[in-house]
Amino acid sequence: MTDLRTHAAEITEQFSDHIDVTDDEVEERLRTLVEEYRVPVEEARRSVTNSYLDEADLEREELGRGGNDEVRLADIDQDEQWIDATAKVVELWEPRSDSIAQVGLLGDESGRTKFVAFETSELPELEEGAVYRLGNLVTDEYQGDFSVKLNRTTTIEAVDEEIEVGDDAVTVEGALVDIQSGSGLIKRCPEEGCTRVLQNGRCSEHGDVDGEFDLRIKGVLDDGTTVHETIFGRETTEDLTGIGLETAQQMAKDALDTTVVVEEMREDLLGTYYRISGPELGRYVLADDVERLTEPADPEAVLIKARSI
Amino acid sequence: MSSNEIPTREVARRVFADEFNDATFSFKESDDDRAPVYALLPTGEKVNRVFFIGTLTEKEDVGEDNEYWRGRIVDPTGTFFVYAGQYQPEATSTLRDLEPPAYVAVVGKPRTYETDDGTVNVSVRPESIQVVDATTRDRWVVEAAERTIDRVGAFEDEGNEYGRMAREEYDIPVDRYLESTVSALESVEESDGDELGVGGSAPSADLQPEP
Repeated sequence: MTDLRTHAAEITEQFSDHIDVTDDEVEERLRTLVEEYRVPVEEARRSVTNSYLDEADLEREELGRGGNDEVRLADIDQDEQWIDATAKVVELWEPRSDSIAQVGLLGDESGRTKFVAFETSELPELEEGAVYRLGNLVTDEYQGDFSVKLNRTTTIEAVDEEIEVGDDAVTVEGALVDIQSGSGLIKRCPEEGCTRVLQNGRCSEHGDVDGEFDLRIKGVLDDGTTVHETIFGRETTEDLTGIGLETAQQMAKDALDTTVVVEEMREDLLGTYYRISGPELGRYVLADDVERLTEPADPEAVLIKARSI
Repeated sequence: MSSNEIPTREVARRVFADEFNDATFSFKESDDDRAPVYALLPTGEKVNRVFFIGTLTEKEDVGEDNEYWRGRIVDPTGTFFVYAGQYQPEATSTLRDLEPPAYVAVVGKPRTYETDDGTVNVSVRPESIQVVDATTRDRWVVEAAERTIDRVGAFEDEGNEYGRMAREEYDIPVDRYLESTVSALESVEESDGDELGVGGSAPSADLQPEP
């Protein structure tokens, strides 16, 4: 089979549910473009696909995409790729916007990745802990981090197998030497899928918006040789500081100032030692587990090291 | 190092007071006005930021027009001097409110200044000062000891740029820091870490002149 024949077969397969096309017909169209008009194969394929889309009155994303690759989550490294994946729903999070039906973490042997499903896609709900074969996901990228989006063409098939989710979490230890701006009681952009942290009531993408309160800490963990920037989400922040979102809002209201919250957190947390584990997202370690190191230090091992010099 | 990268945050080095106060030589690694200034540790490491924990034993507002606080913070080997004024509002207010003695954790930048008689004093300009407990203080002593031992161990290594620089700039045998490190560790071993003790060897009592 020639290359063109392969491409033709794939296109035919995509349209098989919608219109009557044959491999021969598709191959002929491709051949005209590639051989007579010197169009590169990928472009020819795109052009032929588009003309059939018109013919079938379909949107690109409605196509049955039989030809997706089954991708391991950790291997996702491109934006806007159509992929299939078999993954376990590791965690479901609280959607921050009405337009989001479900948001959380998917995991497979290779690692974990964030997923989002939108209300408009009208998909069946995923259950935490269940394993699914997911067809037709689209990858998404934000500041170097990849996630997948479910859409209305996504196929969801529960499968009866257990997945040992790969642990791509890192563990770091050190003293918390700084809490950065954008910590404490913050406001997030309420636009769908945005959740950016507002600066002076402004979202860098959506301008002036009426933000939603949240808690988080951007901390710097330093062991004297390396620095790790870490993000504590609302739950971890609440556990660590004992300050809940409502309490924080009350504190800010009483003081007419949101910074009182981060001030109190600084006093609680700075200068003490922590062990943090979680996935690395860009330059940050997302703190899933935080442990304050309170066991007495043991000078014995270091003394032995000192005496051996 | 690529100049296109976001400048990475400077590591907060762990160093005992005796060595820190000997780090009188400072340098820059680029001509850029905003390039970081490093103090050179005698055991061969560049320092733009430090993290230490000790006992705040005295504090005094030494400012004339504006408040300007000096704190003496003692570790098992000596005394760190910290100076905080209007540009360090958090550290200033902590020093104002704190009653010594207290265990405090300090993150700050090394600063050197030369006195009229030509001696160079090293102090800390704090970014933050927080009260911590005795266990955390002991943990820091052990950690600072380990980092110091690592530096001493690598001091003569080929390719240790800052080790070589230290040999050129200072005439200090690094063994002395190993000795003070061992006694620091022994002091942690002996105490249970609960009492607020300043440690055996009395730190030098002479006050440093104003910067």
